[in-house]
Amino acid sequence: MSVPVIEVHDLRTHLVTRWGTIKAVDGVSFSVAEGETLGLVGESGSGKSMTCLSLVRLTPRPASHIVGGSVRLDGDELTTKTEAEMQRIRGRKIAMILQDPMSSLNPVFSVGMQVREPLAMYHGLRGATLTERAAALLASVRIPSPAARLRAFPYQLSGGMRQRVVGAMAIAAPPRLLIADEPTTSLDLTIQAQYLGLLEELQDRHRLAMIFITHNLGIVSRICDRVAVMYAGRIVEAGPVRRIFTAPAHPYTQALLESIPRLGARTERLTAIEGQPPDLARLPGGCSFAPRCPQVMDRCRTEAPPEFEAGPGQVSRCWLRAPAGG
Amino acid sequence: MMSPAAPLLEASGLVKHFSVRRGLMGWSTAVVRAVDSVSFTIESGTTLGLVGESGCGKTTTSKMVLGLERPTAGVIRFEGADVSSLDSAGLRRYRQSVQAVFQDPYASLDPRMRVGKIIAEPLVINERRGAAERRRRVQELLDLVALPERSGVLYPHEFSGGQRQRIAIARALALSPRLIVLDEPVSALDVSIRAQILNLLRDIQKRLGVAYLFIAHDLAAVAHMSHTIAVMYLGKIVETGDAAEVAMAPQHPYTRALFAAALPIDLDRPREEITLAGEVPSPMAPPGGCRFHPRCPLAMPRCATEEPRLQTASGRLVACHLFD
Repeated sequence: MSVPVIEVHDLRTHLVTRWGTIKAVDGVSFSVAEGETLGLVGESGSGKSMTCLSLVRLTPRPASHIVGGSVRLDGDELTTKTEAEMQRIRGRKIAMILQDPMSSLNPVFSVGMQVREPLAMYHGLRGATLTERAAALLASVRIPSPAARLRAFPYQLSGGMRQRVVGAMAIAAPPRLLIADEPTTSLDLTIQAQYLGLLEELQDRHRLAMIFITHNLGIVSRICDRVAVMYAGRIVEAGPVRRIFTAPAHPYTQALLESIPRLGARTERLTAIEGQPPDLARLPGGCSFAPRCPQVMDRCRTEAPPEFEAGPGQVSRCWLRAPAGG
Repeated sequence: MMSPAAPLLEASGLVKHFSVRRGLMGWSTAVVRAVDSVSFTIESGTTLGLVGESGCGKTTTSKMVLGLERPTAGVIRFEGADVSSLDSAGLRRYRQSVQAVFQDPYASLDPRMRVGKIIAEPLVINERRGAAERRRRVQELLDLVALPERSGVLYPHEFSGGQRQRIAIARALALSPRLIVLDEPVSALDVSIRAQILNLLRDIQKRLGVAYLFIAHDLAAVAHMSHTIAVMYLGKIVETGDAAEVAMAPQHPYTRALFAAALPIDLDRPREEITLAGEVPSPMAPPGGCRFHPRCPLAMPRCATEEPRLQTASGRLVACHLFD
């Protein structure tokens, strides 16, 4: 693969709450290259959204602190940038599409005003050229009769159309990295299929690096090149999609894949993961998954496992993968 | 009144129209055809899975089954008896026999009530037993949904999402219903918890012989849970039949697109790539002929004018002119 667009190394974000300090992101490292899609999967509270918010330094204030690690965008360190410098990176270099388009769009401004804003800011366009470009941008996300849609307000559009408008604003620059945080969760299945196709098209056209956050493994298999599985603030396994789906190394990934009902498989019972999701304020020492792990060993309860090689391009944070004698 | 051969629940020709006010002053009205002539049966101890996208009428259908909406036309028969002609005692029995579990266990449990009281509430309302017997029944129900014995004295906030859904299931089971409407029972839960709840629901069905009307947008979960599947589009059933057959070899062009969009995680199974153009039209002005024809990749001229009827094709019912 080519040079990475974004390189994250040992990122740590803590939340200070009255129940104690929560390690929401606990030593996360990954990189995404031009034209590549990394799937970030995990349950709610596993830290996938916090990881991405940390990249653009938009984690909730004042509770959260990025306490360590580095984030490099095209080799440029972001963690030491001033707020004013970050402001020029958000949207322009790193754009986001969130789950609910209604929370990304302002209900009292027309679609046109909202789509023109980033174009005016990033490209200094004015007047008729600006409106023309705004319409072209809507056309590029396959919104029918774009010129007329510029006058519409968000409430007049369907959920799928709103999410397309958000997509249009996200690629206005176009950015280097696109973070899509559950962008299709609020959409119906056939609309989701349309939107995933659109994202792929936009990515190809602009050679975007993309991080796709989801808990839907079906979507991962459809559009991601690599996948990182998060559990309790850490990436427990990462690798090429095919490796992770056919030869998962971490017991959590294995259990997750087994617990999902599959079309056509006539199983009487699903293989459920025992126990409850972890309470981040009271994580066990050692491996966070140990209390629910079917293959737990003594060592897992005391020592957190480092990353071990589990296959070509595949790493797993599990003592089962420790080299013999290690 | 009760014939032994009758299915547990039989809906025939169910119609529900809502009239909505339109325009600035609400002077004009329009009719939303939420459910338009829908028929299905649920046999005792089996699961009917109802799938379709938002606005297809599956929730309205379940509300009519629960007696929360009165059908505009059509009949629901429970154990052979027409529900609309039941007297108040009969209606009361019907409502005890048909219970519901909803999507969000954070919204469906009263945060100020102890779990024991939540589960006992249906028993209290229906004046069945004394306090001691009620307590015993609550313990029995907690045991049935695999919650610890002491859960009864705790409040809902002390439980995780999956455990709350167990509480909601225990409450639904309190009156020993014959049918439970499960409206997206696992979609609000964490992925790693869903299998636990789906397994629990299946175990309960096996032990108690209760029937389910299972509504979900996760098609693989529906296929896993159901004996029969009915696929709805814009208020109509477009395909219905044996769950495994519909899931493995969908026939109606809409069902095929829907299952293709369901994104199976088996990388090596050949995947049909169908992306439907456009969006679901408004149920206030459904297209003439076949309601799916404007989006159908296989539409023929007659689809725009002639409405297809449900007819037998490959061992199930399909409403499509391709199978005439």
